[in-house]
Amino acid sequence: MQTADEIPLSTTAERQVITSVAATAPDKDWVIVTRGLKRDYDMGGEIVHALRGVDIAIRRNEYVAIMGPSGSGKSTLMNLIGCLDTPNAGEYWLNGELVSDKDEDELARVRNREIGFVFQTFNLLPRATALHNVELPLVYAGVGSDERKKRATEALERVQLGDRTHHRPNELSGGQKQRVAIARALVNQPSILLADEPTGNLDSTTSEEIMRVFEGLAEQGQTVIMVTHESDIAAHARRVIVLRDGQVASDDKRATFIKSAGIAPPDLSAMRKG
Amino acid sequence: MPFIEAIWLALAQIRVQKLKSFFTLLGVCIGVMFLIAVISIVQGMSSYMENDFAAKMLGVNTFTLRRFPWFGDGASSEEEWRTWLRRPRIYHTDLALVGSVLPPGSRIAVESQEYLQAQSQWARPKQVEAHAIDGDYFTIKKYDVHVGRLFTQQESSLGAPVVVIGDEVAKYFFRDLDPLGRQLRIKGMPYTVIGVLEKQGSVFGLSLDRVAIAPYNSPLHHFTNPRGDVDGIMVQTPTSLAMTDAMESVREVMRGRRKLRPGDPDNFFMETSASALAFMDKLKKIMTMAGTVFPAIGLIVGGLVIMNIMLVAVAERTREIGIRKSLGARRRDIMRQFLIEAATLSTLGAVLGIILGIVIAKIVEWKTPLPAAIAPWSIVMATLLGTVVGIISGVYPARRAASLDPIEALRKE
Repeated sequence: MQTADEIPLSTTAERQVITSVAATAPDKDWVIVTRGLKRDYDMGGEIVHALRGVDIAIRRNEYVAIMGPSGSGKSTLMNLIGCLDTPNAGEYWLNGELVSDKDEDELARVRNREIGFVFQTFNLLPRATALHNVELPLVYAGVGSDERKKRATEALERVQLGDRTHHRPNELSGGQKQRVAIARALVNQPSILLADEPTGNLDSTTSEEIMRVFEGLAEQGQTVIMVTHESDIAAHARRVIVLRDGQVASDDKRATFIKSAGIAPPDLSAMRKG
Repeated sequence: MPFIEAIWLALAQIRVQKLKSFFTLLGVCIGVMFLIAVISIVQGMSSYMENDFAAKMLGVNTFTLRRFPWFGDGASSEEEWRTWLRRPRIYHTDLALVGSVLPPGSRIAVESQEYLQAQSQWARPKQVEAHAIDGDYFTIKKYDVHVGRLFTQQESSLGAPVVVIGDEVAKYFFRDLDPLGRQLRIKGMPYTVIGVLEKQGSVFGLSLDRVAIAPYNSPLHHFTNPRGDVDGIMVQTPTSLAMTDAMESVREVMRGRRKLRPGDPDNFFMETSASALAFMDKLKKIMTMAGTVFPAIGLIVGGLVIMNIMLVAVAERTREIGIRKSLGARRRDIMRQFLIEAATLSTLGAVLGIILGIVIAKIVEWKTPLPAAIAPWSIVMATLLGTVVGIISGVYPARRAASLDPIEALRKE
């Protein structure tokens, strides 16, 4: 049986080549390429450098965790990757498209088509049913009502919530809410699933449940990027990028990360069974 | 987001917050309610004036040659009034002259009326509207008898002391009796009742059934116009076009008879339903204006309330906006959502207001002699007005919502 660590990853050297050649579109295999990404904030006259030149390259089908302590710039990076924000300097190529100089409406379109968000606080519309929440990205994609219902139901079935389609968020448990959010993130078949502290509001059992869902998705070939500050959650990913002070501090395969962080490896085989 | 979708979303939003939504649309509702009520009443009044008043009092395609106008808003000054009083009177002898220049098919009549004391054996004396008439009076007025008959040619020309009376006169003076053949005394002179008119109803609470009509040549005209003149000569032409021509011809012969020089003004007046209704138009304008100012204030206040509530809604739903934006909503999607929500609220208010306005108009109609005519255009206009008010007051909040930064919005609790 093949373990997650044996699935081939891009080499560090290859990544460096990809990120070093400015202004050229990367190979189609690369979902995300950032080159010298910088983001400054003006905090009442004081300039805060949240990102000081970040180069990362992520291939299709990778399962990556972005880690770092608070203030490391990981949230800023997530906002940039999620096209919610634009960098002050540097390039961001998503799926071979330069998105760092797109305008607001174009970014909205990119978010709609290419990115599926999963948030720490779930961010479901409280008054809408699970089905309607999952339908939302399709609404903005201009998909017709019948097609939307069909695809949303399928997405909910994919996260084992086929029997909860007409429940409202307050009728669902935390884990179920997060699974609705995952279904919503996946419904438009995005290039990347972008999760921001997806287990931050969940107990450890439910966290495991969500990690199992992610593992399954990664298995099926979905590109997953997870932002977290918990190293044992990050250890579920096959590759861990650690940020510190707005720069990439390390970029390792899981095994290397687990060794250097000194944590117990998660029981991945149990996860696959689940 | 498709349009219909946004309307459903707005309706769902309204349903969730019924009470708040109700208060939000109250302003627009009240504004529209008054607007509809006022327009309905003004419309009702004017159609009443045009159909009932003008037709009953003056007749269609009819003009009356008079010394000065009877209906309308009177002399504009004391000075004018005095010149009117200096004008020569209209006499029965003018009838032949006027009649000679009318187009074929025209009808002509002489009228002389006064409120006079009448009495009978069976009732106490009472005032009646006594008319001494000649010519096609009954035809022009569309009067027909309910029982009995009208004057014969002979009775008219000989001035027989016969009288055709109105429904109320018959009921008052000959209660429970057949009035035909009985005597009605007017100013002490006896007249034989030969007919009773069909019930005419009333105009503005004034009964049209208190009339007693006798031939002009009967003694009655000495009492209705003691100076020997007449109140007016009524002319009815077959078409409205012929009326204009006829009026011009009558003006010419009258000016000729009175030897007016080209520069002199007419010293007589030809009253038409249009000239009588000119004052009604003025009244209508004033009422409509007063009637629109208050609803307009209501609508402005209503618009401000909606704007305010929408601003609150944007603040309350910042997170929702953030979520929608993160899922790919563009500025225009958010903008449209809030605009449509404001417009839906406001239109709903307008629809409620229309219903209440119609109810008020109906109550007014029921409680007062004023009729209400609900004009379809006013309903369409009020609905559109509601939508427009909603859109205008929604622009600023919607723009605010659309320009929210998704990251900030998502962070908001």
